[in-house]
Amino acid sequence: MEELKTRLISDDGIRCDGRRLDEIRPIKFQIGVLNNTDGSAYVEWGRTKILVGVMGPRESHPKHLALSDKARVEAYYRMASFSVEEWKSPAPSRREVELSKVIREALEPAIFVELFPRTSIDIFIEVLQADGSTRCASISAASLALVDAGIPMRDLVASIAVGKVEGKLVLDVQDKEDKAGDSDMPMAYMPSKNAVTLLQMDGQITHDEFIQSMELLKKGCLEVYKKQKEAIEAHFKGAISNVEEA
Amino acid sequence: MSQRIVPTVKKRQIIELADSGKRMDGRTLTDYREIKIQTGIVDKAEGSAMVSIGGTKVVAGVKFEIGDPFPDIPNEGVMQVGAEFVPFASPDFEPGKPDEVAVELARVVDRGLRESKILETSKLCLIPGKKVWIVHVDVYILDHCGNLIDTAALAALSAMLTATMPEAAVEGENIRLTGNRLPMPITGIPINVTLAKIGNRLFVDPSLEEEEVLDCRFSVAFKENGMLCAIQKGESGYFTPEEILRAVEIAKDKSQEIRKKVVELLKLNDGAVGGS
Amino acid sequence: MTTFFEARQLVSPGTLLAEGNYQAGFNVYRENGKYYASMVGLADVRNNMISVIPLRGCYIPQPGDIVIGKVVECISTAWMLDIRSPYQGVLFASEFLSKPLNPLKEEARRYLDVGEMVIATVIAFDRTRNPSLTARDHGLGKVHRGTVIDVDFTRVPRIIGKKGSMITMLKKETGAQILVGQNGRVWISGKSRDEEAIIAEAIRKIEAEAHTTGLTDRIREFLVNSRR
Repeated sequence: MEELKTRLISDDGIRCDGRRLDEIRPIKFQIGVLNNTDGSAYVEWGRTKILVGVMGPRESHPKHLALSDKARVEAYYRMASFSVEEWKSPAPSRREVELSKVIREALEPAIFVELFPRTSIDIFIEVLQADGSTRCASISAASLALVDAGIPMRDLVASIAVGKVEGKLVLDVQDKEDKAGDSDMPMAYMPSKNAVTLLQMDGQITHDEFIQSMELLKKGCLEVYKKQKEAIEAHFKGAISNVEEA
Repeated sequence: MSQRIVPTVKKRQIIELADSGKRMDGRTLTDYREIKIQTGIVDKAEGSAMVSIGGTKVVAGVKFEIGDPFPDIPNEGVMQVGAEFVPFASPDFEPGKPDEVAVELARVVDRGLRESKILETSKLCLIPGKKVWIVHVDVYILDHCGNLIDTAALAALSAMLTATMPEAAVEGENIRLTGNRLPMPITGIPINVTLAKIGNRLFVDPSLEEEEVLDCRFSVAFKENGMLCAIQKGESGYFTPEEILRAVEIAKDKSQEIRKKVVELLKLNDGAVGGS
Repeated sequence: MTTFFEARQLVSPGTLLAEGNYQAGFNVYRENGKYYASMVGLADVRNNMISVIPLRGCYIPQPGDIVIGKVVECISTAWMLDIRSPYQGVLFASEFLSKPLNPLKEEARRYLDVGEMVIATVIAFDRTRNPSLTARDHGLGKVHRGTVIDVDFTRVPRIIGKKGSMITMLKKETGAQILVGQNGRVWISGKSRDEEAIIAEAIRKIEAEAHTTGLTDRIREFLVNSRR
């Protein structure tokens, strides 16, 4: 059996999709893609495709859930039934419930929630195609949707995962590597605040590998952050200058 | 859950007390509250444990059931961890479907046990591809005085370590229970350690009043060989990367201390740590 | 004392704008002596105050603002108004009618029904309670004629123009009555529906081209051409 298993990393450190160990996948963010939301974003992250819509701040419904000193932030992470190899029931699984919670907790530190008491900010995330690191892609795209909604924020939240595959640490884990790998460690980070807002890990790594992973994660988040800024530039620069050029 | 309003003076008090290395209940920042473990308290369960850390009390039970394997791992048994919040455990708990807090708790406990690979699921296969043992590990939160994650993880672990499995005789497609008990195919003692960040300090094993004012929490599970096997950051604050590195250092030490205690306590109870 | 941006540079949340002794204006926050943007927009410094002119966002009521609200609920002695903000406005009967309203004898919706539009002023708002409105001053009250259009609230300053230059020009060129609510609603009452449609189109144009120069002249030209 062991011999038949295809290797995911070649001897010269190239991964099965041609990436180096510390190389992220092609990431393309788009802002303002939906019409009925206050803010929206779409991301293609390798083969992972996710759409995020933000509603709010708006009056909390039901009213008794409103918080008297800040906005209530909710995230709804859902995977489309056709987003994975086998059909998935559209009803939210325990995984989706937990991910919704940690995604919300990754984004909330960025939002000036205290400016909008008694309101709700709802973040709806629909994974159209899943190929690993969907929570990282969701968080990164959601922070752009929040920007698009004009919600005051401390910083953008950038997110990425490090995995351990065939004994090596690899940046930006795709599905194949996640399934075959020994560990998966996603992080969300606000670079200008030096703030880690999400950190999870499953699998097994040594203490030294953990320390190296933190470094790699920081580097990866900064690369995602740069792409987010480029997307903002592209979207809003267009809105300002399109007429003068015409 | 309803909105909890905490007086701001309390947070100030906790932070200022921590400046001199103390906590409201007299502990230092790295002390755990007293840990108690009682195993074998439910006869009808294959394994059970009542664990308390300070005033927090969690009971865990292990039940075996014959069921279908997952299609991608047809020859392996299945472990399922569930968490139930009993309404009398806290005025904040509401009866009904498990909310996201319960789901997160169950999944964090599950990850600590699963990723440490203490259970040899290949030994839980009855008819390859058709029938396997499903091991249900359910934790019930009875009294919530802070740090549910560590208490629940310890309860689940203690119940698993002291459980026995039913012996089954397989003849063709028939499975017959012999009535004998076999040791659990289990090895290892993964320990979960949780720290809270309040202000810019880290508090090991947060109490309920500390949890009410915390910025965020960090849980990490260690295996006996020093490997990390699960991490979860929780709540809506943030850590700096430096704080996280420090939290892991502290947790590593604490995990060894607690593991020693578990070995000691479980031996005291029935002399058995794990199966074979 | 240093700023890290060029005039009207596009910035986004987290962008470091300045360090030193400044004041934090709109959409800017201060942390450890540094100033950061909290919103996507154009960075600006004026009289030592750093601010970000927002490109996105929602309307937050300020006392004194003129707003145009839509009645969404009638309660015994007040109306709730959608003012395109996270918070609904409250218009008490005493701030709308010149005589007291006895809820036992008559219904509030006799005077103002769900769906109707009201021009009002914000009296008070502090985010802990809903903004209270009044419609009793001159020029305020129920909208009886003309049309109301929704615009992006971040474009309101441009529709009004520097010292009212744009709105004055619009009124002068068309002879119509136009009122721009701070909450991103514009009331237009012209000589004919055609006239109102042309003005609405001109306002859409201002909205789309808000951050460009020479806009007032282009809009005047548009009006002249459209009405030929």
